[in-house]
Order: sequence, then C-alpha cells, then structure tokens
Amino acid sequence: MRELTYTQALREALTEEMERDTNIILMGEDIGSYGGVFRVTEGLLAKFGPRRVKDTPISEAGFVGMAVGMAMTGKRPVPELMFMDFALVCADQIWNQAAKMRSMSGGRVKVPLVLRAQQGGGRGNGAQHSQSFEAMFTHMPGMKVVLPSTPADAKGLLKSALRQDDPVMFIEHKLLYNTRGEVPDGEHLVPLGKADVKRAGTDLTIVAYSRQLLLALEAAEVLQKEHNISAEVIDLRSTVPMDMDTIITSLKKTHRLLVTHESHASCGVGAEIAMRVMEQAFDELDAPIARVAGLDLPIHSAKALEETVLPQAGAIVAGALKLLK
Amino acid sequence: MYERMCLCRAFEETCIQFYMEKMIRGSLHPSIGQEGTAVGACFALRQDDYMTCTYRGHSACIAKGIDINAALAEMLNKRTGVSKGKGGSMHWTDPTIGLLGENAIVGAGVPIAAGGAFSAQLDDKGDGNGRVALTFFGDGAVNQGVFHETLNMAQLWKLPLILLCENNLYAEMTLLKDSNPLNTVADRAKGYNMRAVTIDGNDIEAVYNIVSEAAARARAGEGPTFIEAMTYRLTGHMIGDSETYRTKEEVAEARKREPIVRTRELLATQHGVKDAEFDAISARVKTQIDAAIKFAKDSPEPQPSEVFEDVWA
Repeated sequence: MRELTYTQALREALTEEMERDTNIILMGEDIGSYGGVFRVTEGLLAKFGPRRVKDTPISEAGFVGMAVGMAMTGKRPVPELMFMDFALVCADQIWNQAAKMRSMSGGRVKVPLVLRAQQGGGRGNGAQHSQSFEAMFTHMPGMKVVLPSTPADAKGLLKSALRQDDPVMFIEHKLLYNTRGEVPDGEHLVPLGKADVKRAGTDLTIVAYSRQLLLALEAAEVLQKEHNISAEVIDLRSTVPMDMDTIITSLKKTHRLLVTHESHASCGVGAEIAMRVMEQAFDELDAPIARVAGLDLPIHSAKALEETVLPQAGAIVAGALKLLK
Repeated sequence: MYERMCLCRAFEETCIQFYMEKMIRGSLHPSIGQEGTAVGACFALRQDDYMTCTYRGHSACIAKGIDINAALAEMLNKRTGVSKGKGGSMHWTDPTIGLLGENAIVGAGVPIAAGGAFSAQLDDKGDGNGRVALTFFGDGAVNQGVFHETLNMAQLWKLPLILLCENNLYAEMTLLKDSNPLNTVADRAKGYNMRAVTIDGNDIEAVYNIVSEAAARARAGEGPTFIEAMTYRLTGHMIGDSETYRTKEEVAEARKREPIVRTRELLATQHGVKDAEFDAISARVKTQIDAAIKFAKDSPEPQPSEVFEDVWA
C-alpha cells in the first residue's frame, strides 16, 4: 500500500469529502493562498475556489461563531484553529453555542461542524502554543472528540467526522504532521468510538492516543526487549465516544492498566478512564491503575524544561515496571 | 404591524403575570417598549430570511412569526414548547421561520447571524432574490469582541447582513454613557466602512422603511447595513430589577413615546382608524392569548428520559 504523511492523509480526506459534499466549507487563518501553516490545506484554494476555502481575519471567536450559524443553515463548515491554544479565544462559540445548540433548541437545529486544530508540545513553542485540551472538550457534553495518531486514521477519522450531525473537535498533533504510514486509497472510513489494538500483549495494557501512542509503542518495544514484558497497546482514537469495551477486553487478559497522555494529569482523560474501569471492571485489576501524564505545570520553551513537563517514552517504561513490580 | 405589536405586549404581560405566580422558571427579560423595532424590522423581512436575537427577544420572535402557543408553552417548560421545554425563556429557536435562536450570551447571536448570511451568500443564485440575515442586539453587545470581529468580516465579505442595534440606553443596569465613549453606537460601524444609520426605533414606519432598504441592498449584493434604533425598555432588565439606575419620572416620560401609544395615535389621526377598530384588534389579541394560555397550561411536562433526546450522549 502507498505511504502518505499525516498531512497528506488529512488533505486527501478533505479533498475527497469536499468533492462528495459541496456543503463543506473550509475557513481559517492563512488556510487559502498560503496553504495553512502546517500545509494541510495546500492546493485546496486552487481546487475548490475562494467560496469554499475561506481565508479569515485573525478572529477566532468571530469565524467560529459564523461557522455555528453556517452549520445551522445547511452548511458543513470546517473552521481551523491554527493552534489549539486559540480555542480559549472562542470558548463561548465552542461550548456555549456549538455544543449546546441542538439540545437547547429541542432538536430544532443541528450543528454539523468539524473544528480542526493541532495541539501538543515538543517544538519549544512555549506555554501558549503547546497545550493539549482534549480533557476539557471531553468534559463538555454535546461534542465528539477525535485524536488520530496515524496517517491512515487521520484520513479515516476525518472522513467519518465530516459525516456527523454533531460538532466534532478534530485534534491533530504538530509533531505528527510529517510522520508517514500506509493509507488506503479512496473510501476509507474509520468509525468514531472504536479503539484500535496496536500491539498485542499479555502482561499489561497501555492506553494512549494522538502522539503519545507513538511513545507508548516505543516504550512497549523497550519493555519487550530489555525487560521481557509483553505490553498490549491500545490507541483510544477518540475520547468522545470513549471505547471502554476494548480497554476492558484487554484488561481481562492483562489485569494491569497504564494510561498515558501528554496533557496535564489532573482531571485528565486518564483519570476518567481509571474511574470507568473502577466502575465497570474493578475485579479485573491485579494492581492499582498507573498514570503517566503531563505535569500540572505550564509547558516551557527550553528543551530540558519542556521534556520535564511532558511525559517521555522512558516515563512510560518506568511506570510499567513499577506497575509490574 | 400595530396588531402584532399588541400581541407582543399582551404576550409579555402574560409572562410577567405567570412569572410573579412562579409558573415560569429562570429569569424573565421583557422587551416591553421595544416592540416597534422588533415588528418594524421583521415585517420588512421574508419568512425564510434568517434572524437571531437576544434573551430580550420575545417580541422579535413573535414579530418574525413564531407560533405563540408553542412560545408560551416553552415559557412554562412544556413538552409542546418551541424547544420542547429545554430552552425556556432565552433559547427560542425555530428554523421554519428562519429563527436561529435567541441567545443568553450578550453579543453571541451576531456572528451566528453572520454565518446565516454567509450561507445565504453561498446559496445566492445572483438573481437578487437571495436570503438575508438580521441580528438584533443591544447597546451592551457593541462592547463585545465578537461584535467587532463580525462587523469586520461582514463588511470585508459584503455579507447580506442587517445589524440592528436596539439601543435602549442601558446595558443591563449600566448607562450607555458609562460604557461607551462615543455619542452614538452607529459610529462604531463607520469604523469598518459600513453603512450605518441612527433612527427612532419607536417609529415603526421608520424602522420598516430602513430595514426594507437594507434588505434590498443586501439581496442586491451590496453588503451589510448597521441600524441603530433608539428605543427604551419600560420594564427593568429582568423582572425583579430594582431599577436604581433610573428615575420613575424618566420611565413615565418614556411611556409617552412608546411605540404602541405612538402608532395608535398615528393611525387615529393620520389614517382615520376608529376606536371600534382598535377594540376589535384588542379582542383578537385577547382571543389568541387566551388560546395560548389554555394550550400551554394543558400541555404535558417533559419526562425525565427526554434529557437523552436531541443530543449526542
């Protein structure tokens, strides 16, 4: 199968879906003539024209608010936030408007909107360009929250997201854009809410998503080679819907669980998974659940500081060893 | 238009009575005194034109043509309400009349209407017959960031949008002069090179004429218009407002200029409408309101299981 980068896979998903559905409208800062700062929308202005690929002023609240109105009037807008950190600039439009409109109106309107943004650290971008917000979106009802970790999933999940009738937070990672992988041609749909077992194992289950999945796989390799520990690695793929069945099925085999994410530990997705396991499968646990997550601190620019705050593969290995002691 | 204003007034007076009787939950923000802008503007629109308004939007929604049975049922949180009892007073939404929602966040309806205008522009066949979007907001909203962001994009992209500021001189409890250094709200729109006018919002003919003209411009592809309609709310910000920020004399003076009184005088003196005709209008309004009250009171409450409906959960 041919290989694509994560960026190319996203672009292919947008292109195919825009060809299929003329109501899909892209909007955002520098996405048109410049092609997007991460090049995802490169060439789409030329292909689809300025009515469907709309460069906007630097007005996140304004254009995401407009996207809500467009979604309520028959369009399928895909606003792009250049950095996830800017979601706080349009928090009202995401949380008070997009996420609630359908329910609050008693189902009189729907808001089929896909908000694309990239998040995460690792590039020394500092505290206002490195954050990960999936836990906040997961907390708030009314939206789906999707975080692809591979090029194939980037395509398949984005195509599925573009067919939902509810708002979707589609969360990319800045360090994944140049990763490569096999991507199926044409109609490749990955259903939302179905986790993926990336590596089979018997001694413990590691749950991760987005770029942290790559670190979890790296850690699993080290655990196998250096410690003869067999880790099963699950890519959660979306935090809403959250596929607990796949996690619990794995847990019934391994009886030990480690959750890992780049975002801050407190009240994070890991905490939610741990609580759900407590509620749904406590008897399967042979040890307390382990968490390897970002420290509850701002993410600083200097490499040594950033790598202290963000959980590295070594921390996953250490967490697994402690869990199995 | 006169009859519709009377219907708005009677509806809100009914709501106030029900609120005092504790039949309405939450807050109630009447638009009594502002019916002229609501009715004058909406009568200049088509039913399929988009509209957003604020939590003080009951008159605007009734003017746009909302079913008052369903509206009153919504006030009582009944299953038959506009939003199945889920929205209450501040979230009436009805796409069948182009209503993209009241909104409980000050200024938030402005970009949503602009999104409707953007959809209308994309759907426009260039025959001068496209939809337009109108957004009602107050003088408080012009200090919100999204207001400015939307004006900028609306003018930049020549969106078919009508921005109608109901300037009632008070942003909740704060006087206009204490929240805005400009003499008129319309001056803000001029900063975006947008056509902006200030009119007497209690003059229903003036409102109707300017919105008609703005809608024609928008349908012709000539872009947005900003209308500052000077009006006055005769009740507090919400029921229970102590109104310490203004005098009883000021309110009494405003009652002389309010739109229903003025329009009745105009109809009687300029158009020869007789008392009997006004009485007939009052009787028709009362019949409609009585029917709405019966409908709302007789309607069932939502069941707890309905929280799981109309939402992804």
